[in-house]
Amino acid sequence: MELTRLTAAQLSAALAAGEVSAAEVTRAHLDRIAATDAKVHAFLHVAADAALAAAASIDQRRASGERLGPLAGVPVAVKDVFTTAGMPTTCGSRILDGWHPPYDATVTARLKRAGAVILGKTNMDEFAMGSSTENSAFGPSRNPWDLDRVPGGSSGGSAAAVAAYQAPLAVGTDTGGSIRQPAAVCGIVGTKPTYGGSSRYGVVAFASSLDTPGPFGRTVLDAALLHEAMSGHDPMDSTSIDAPVPPVVAAARAADVSGMRIGVVAELSGEGYQPGVTSRFAEAVELLESLGAKVTEVSCPHFRYALPAYYLIAPSECSSNLARFDAMRYGLRVGDDGTRDAEQVMALTREAGFGAEVKRRIILGTYALSSGYYDAYYGKAQQVRTLIIRDFEAAFGQVDALVSPATPTTAFGIGERADDPMAMYAADLCTIPSDLAGNAAISVPCGLAPEDGLPVGLQVMAPALADDRLYRVAAAAEAALTERWGQPLLRQARGLDA
Amino acid sequence: MAITRDEVAYLAKLARIALSDAELDHLAPQLDQIITAVAQVQEVAAAGIPPTSHATGLTNVFRGDEPVPCLGPEAALAAAPAVEQQRFKVPRILGED
Repeated sequence: MELTRLTAAQLSAALAAGEVSAAEVTRAHLDRIAATDAKVHAFLHVAADAALAAAASIDQRRASGERLGPLAGVPVAVKDVFTTAGMPTTCGSRILDGWHPPYDATVTARLKRAGAVILGKTNMDEFAMGSSTENSAFGPSRNPWDLDRVPGGSSGGSAAAVAAYQAPLAVGTDTGGSIRQPAAVCGIVGTKPTYGGSSRYGVVAFASSLDTPGPFGRTVLDAALLHEAMSGHDPMDSTSIDAPVPPVVAAARAADVSGMRIGVVAELSGEGYQPGVTSRFAEAVELLESLGAKVTEVSCPHFRYALPAYYLIAPSECSSNLARFDAMRYGLRVGDDGTRDAEQVMALTREAGFGAEVKRRIILGTYALSSGYYDAYYGKAQQVRTLIIRDFEAAFGQVDALVSPATPTTAFGIGERADDPMAMYAADLCTIPSDLAGNAAISVPCGLAPEDGLPVGLQVMAPALADDRLYRVAAAAEAALTERWGQPLLRQARGLDA
Repeated sequence: MAITRDEVAYLAKLARIALSDAELDHLAPQLDQIITAVAQVQEVAAAGIPPTSHATGLTNVFRGDEPVPCLGPEAALAAAPAVEQQRFKVPRILGED
């Protein structure tokens, strides 16, 4: 049995049946990381000893007859934006290099409580700002389909780890598409839950009104299992929604779209979309129709303003949030030679500790919030946010779920967009509307673009707290497509064969 | 031009980032391009449309004011760049005079 090829659901069943131990499963994944991560660079920190100790503890508890949850003994990789007691947390930044947080994020704590085995911390664009992991201070991760391509971002390390069979599951965060875009370009499943459905406590803040933790898996059911385990109300996060977690696992198992009304978003297509993305998306829509969904075209006229609104709102919030990195209580301190005052040390530390994209966004946000520009930029962006929410409300008055491509193009080359911010930002064109509206969305693989042989993602969007609809649609598409392909799409990934 | 090199230098000062001249030369035209692009929001955001600051609609979220265990001084200071007498040691914050 090749343990790293099994899904989380299969591992869960094998563990429960006593066919395999958590220690064996963990060791197999640690071996896979050791064998492949020099090429993929998905991890910033591998917690081998802690993982093996956690696995041994699960095995012991199971042996003593304790009833354990579905993720007990299943390995998971954690984006380096979640605080983890006993492990470093860097957010891909020099300014936090070597920082060991004194507490666990709620998501980290819930994974531990569920018995999931944390393998380590995954690479990311610095402070989650980027779409390629090239903004990591510790070097980019690589796409397991083609090592010269990016794995997407900002949660690119988490996506690459799952696509490279280093972990069956991973957690990430989505602020403008940072889960769905890497999932799409790595050929796996990734979900942005409803904003407030998963806790931000202990997630190093980028843009607080948008940041949403969520799951990655190789199958829709695996993503649902992790979604359920990591989500739910948290009194430590004042924006957490006090409502039950939607029945995502049941929906993934149902995989039934018959009678569902599905809207194709007219504005998320056309110019700037790669032909192979457009054709695979169109086939996926036809497939959903053949499975019994009622498909119509829906117009969301303000979505074209989502990207500009996002690049005002997110930098504004980031410029405020990242003010905490002041070299005083934790993190890097540069230039404290006894002659400089605190403000000079702050400025030197932030100059040395932040990368180019983080500086760009802090300055952009400082501009948008400054006196004289606030109304013209930040204020207008907040109004556009209202218009986008209204577009969604009108659309969800007609249909149960919306679909679009998850990204306009497949994975681009490493270095290709590194110094062209606007080209890089366009990678999140399809994913940003759901972040601004705070609703739920998923990306599920829907084939390979003929021109480059790289994966394309189908995005499904649902109203806030209707996350189960995502899984219903994505699981139906996955089942029908896998039957058509004769095997899971990821089996065709060849980047690590050489 | 939406933003000048001098304005970027001033914003960097406000944001406490000691940008080098080379970085300023590089960043200023990029920020000008970005600001020109994001200014599109001004085309549609007519007066009377209410702003949205966050999407949940939650207001005034409370939880019980109950004492819970917190970090001890050792844990709280463990990541500090400099410590003196069980306190964070920081550079001077006032001028010489």
